[in-house]
Amino acid sequence: MKPRPDQRRAARPRRIARLALAVALARVTSGCDAVSTPTLELWAAGREGEVVSELMPEFEARHPGLRVHVQPLPFLGAHEKLLTAVVGESAPDLAPLGNTWLPEFAMIGALDPLDDAVARSAVIRSADYFEGVWSTNLYEGRQYGVPWYVDTRLLFYRRDLLREAGFEAPPSDWAGWLAMLEALARRFAARGENDKTPIYLRLDEPELLIALAQQTGEPLLRDGLRYGNFRGPGFRRALEFYVNMFRAGLAPQHGMTQIGNLWDEFARGNFIFYVSGPWQLGELERRLPPELADSWATAPLPGATGPGSSLALGSSLVVFSGSKRKAAAWSLIEYLSEPAVQRRFYELTGDLPPRRETWTDERLTSDRNVAAFRAQLERMEPTAPVPEWERIQKEVAIISERAARGALGIEQALAELDARADRILEKRRWILERSSAAAGAQEVTR
Amino acid sequence: MRSSRAGWLFVTPALLAIGVFFAVPVLAALVLSATDFDIYALADLNNVRFVGFGNYIRLLSTPLFWQALKNTLFFVVLGVPTSIALSLGSALLLHAGVARAKGLFRTALFAPVVTTVVAVAVIWMFLLHTRYGLVNYGLGLLGLPRVDWLGDPRWSMPAIALFSIWKNFGYNMVIFLAALQSIPGDLYEAARIDGASAPQQFRYVTLPSLAPTLLLVSVLTIAGYFQLFAEPYVMTQGGPLQSTTSVLYFMYEEGFKWWNLGSASAVAFILFFLTFIITRVQLALARRWSPS
Repeated sequence: MKPRPDQRRAARPRRIARLALAVALARVTSGCDAVSTPTLELWAAGREGEVVSELMPEFEARHPGLRVHVQPLPFLGAHEKLLTAVVGESAPDLAPLGNTWLPEFAMIGALDPLDDAVARSAVIRSADYFEGVWSTNLYEGRQYGVPWYVDTRLLFYRRDLLREAGFEAPPSDWAGWLAMLEALARRFAARGENDKTPIYLRLDEPELLIALAQQTGEPLLRDGLRYGNFRGPGFRRALEFYVNMFRAGLAPQHGMTQIGNLWDEFARGNFIFYVSGPWQLGELERRLPPELADSWATAPLPGATGPGSSLALGSSLVVFSGSKRKAAAWSLIEYLSEPAVQRRFYELTGDLPPRRETWTDERLTSDRNVAAFRAQLERMEPTAPVPEWERIQKEVAIISERAARGALGIEQALAELDARADRILEKRRWILERSSAAAGAQEVTR
Repeated sequence: MRSSRAGWLFVTPALLAIGVFFAVPVLAALVLSATDFDIYALADLNNVRFVGFGNYIRLLSTPLFWQALKNTLFFVVLGVPTSIALSLGSALLLHAGVARAKGLFRTALFAPVVTTVVAVAVIWMFLLHTRYGLVNYGLGLLGLPRVDWLGDPRWSMPAIALFSIWKNFGYNMVIFLAALQSIPGDLYEAARIDGASAPQQFRYVTLPSLAPTLLLVSVLTIAGYFQLFAEPYVMTQGGPLQSTTSVLYFMYEEGFKWWNLGSASAVAFILFFLTFIITRVQLALARRWSPS
């Protein structure tokens, strides 16, 4: 539709205007040259958004007369864009949603409940999914999403260097882990390697601390998720353990900007352990020098007592309540949940599949580093299902960073966290009290 | 009367645009700042409570808000004088004619202004890197210890200020250069005949002639520096230890990350009043100090 330069030069203003209009119209109609074929709108963030369209031809072949338009979103802006789209009533038909965002979107009524569809489905069987991640899709008793892929956190470590220091196996509980880190620190000190620390942790990422706290079995919010429970014994123990790693010099007191290239530092042996997620598997294979290919490994997170749980993060497929093609959107969710399709998706992205049947494939079982994740997926704890959780988690990051740098004592940090969480949850308490008061009034009139 | 009607007719489109795109949103934001509009309000408008000055009062008891204000003031106090002095200094050098290849230098010094913040911020993150950065390499040559520029809460804001000054001083430099070129040469000639030395010429001829430009530049620069946002957004995300969380960055998080639009609007108005008061003080001082 673009005019050739010679045309453009000859064009007079009115002609230019007409051309512009034509171009604009062409743009509008190409978005939905679907006057005849209905098109499903799917928005997906990050790398997944870029590759998921490769799975669509087969779906479209199976559903003649249905097309899928995939709109990739930048990862950092995805939450804002989806929320704004919901408010502006221009949300897509379906999208993968970070499962910590799900309570928020469900609360504002943006999502379509899927309980009936799941109950009827021949493809999606809840028992086949890992419980931890399945339960993140429930909000106030109803189901709003189907897990698409799982994300969790576990240990990455240098097998060779750990063995050199005399440890054959990775730690399985906090006490063993601490003993190992202290032994490594002594070894570095004895060899004058002052630049090295046994573990590298990102101070601005509270995921590990939250995971450790949830291992203790004590919830982080109390009284029907109305108040913070950070002064409870569970979180206290976890914070003490976590902060000690920094204060005792087992982990460097760095923020995120300090380490320019995590993989270079890991390859140099500047730290032995770090905590991260499944995307690191691909990164390590790509970025570490080939001679180190066998020198690193993964291990499930050590627990308070014995093998511990980790966070049930990940992404879930949801249908937006404003969609006019909910049945079609559901058929796409079912298609993306088929084990064969999930295996192809795993090959495209390295994202971990959420159901056990998909994991029976040899491509997933043969890799020892992936196997550690498989073990971890059986032990996952969801975070508190309140819309405010991300905000509370940010406060945990702020306060725990202060405590780790020694600017706050443990006791002060815990009190401050409870105060901040209670303040964030004030609106939630008001709404719950109002609705229970309204329910009470109804009782009386009856 | 007819001519005045014609006048109104001509300004109507502009007034409409200002009304729709400025006055109405500002009023809406003012109303919003008196409510606790948040994510729950998206579910049901009955969840909005009128809180009057509640948001403002709550902000004043929020440690992070005070920290953001402190960070921003630190940035302004550090950045504005340095930036203006650098702009004036480089404009004087370019104007003096001692420099060869004037056009080249003018372009080179102005170039950072027209580059994208995000792109050059990435380059600066490499320059400021603790272990491999050029800045620390330079410090090492001078025998000074390495500084963890963006990771140490004491150095992060100076590092951001350094980057901002480098990025922005060319703009003011061009304004100063234009003003310098418009100072009549006979003033200097008269001063020289009276036996004024070079510093005296600067003090009694150049500076007074530049006074209106200096005022303009300082008002613009202070207003601009109070709105620090893109640099910490790209380079530090407000960290480490919230040391680079500016007022605007705080507002962005309140509004777009946590969807507390009521509270975010209140932050915007506080920043507006702060800038307003400071500009008024500047104008009052300028009036008092002006020779007439």
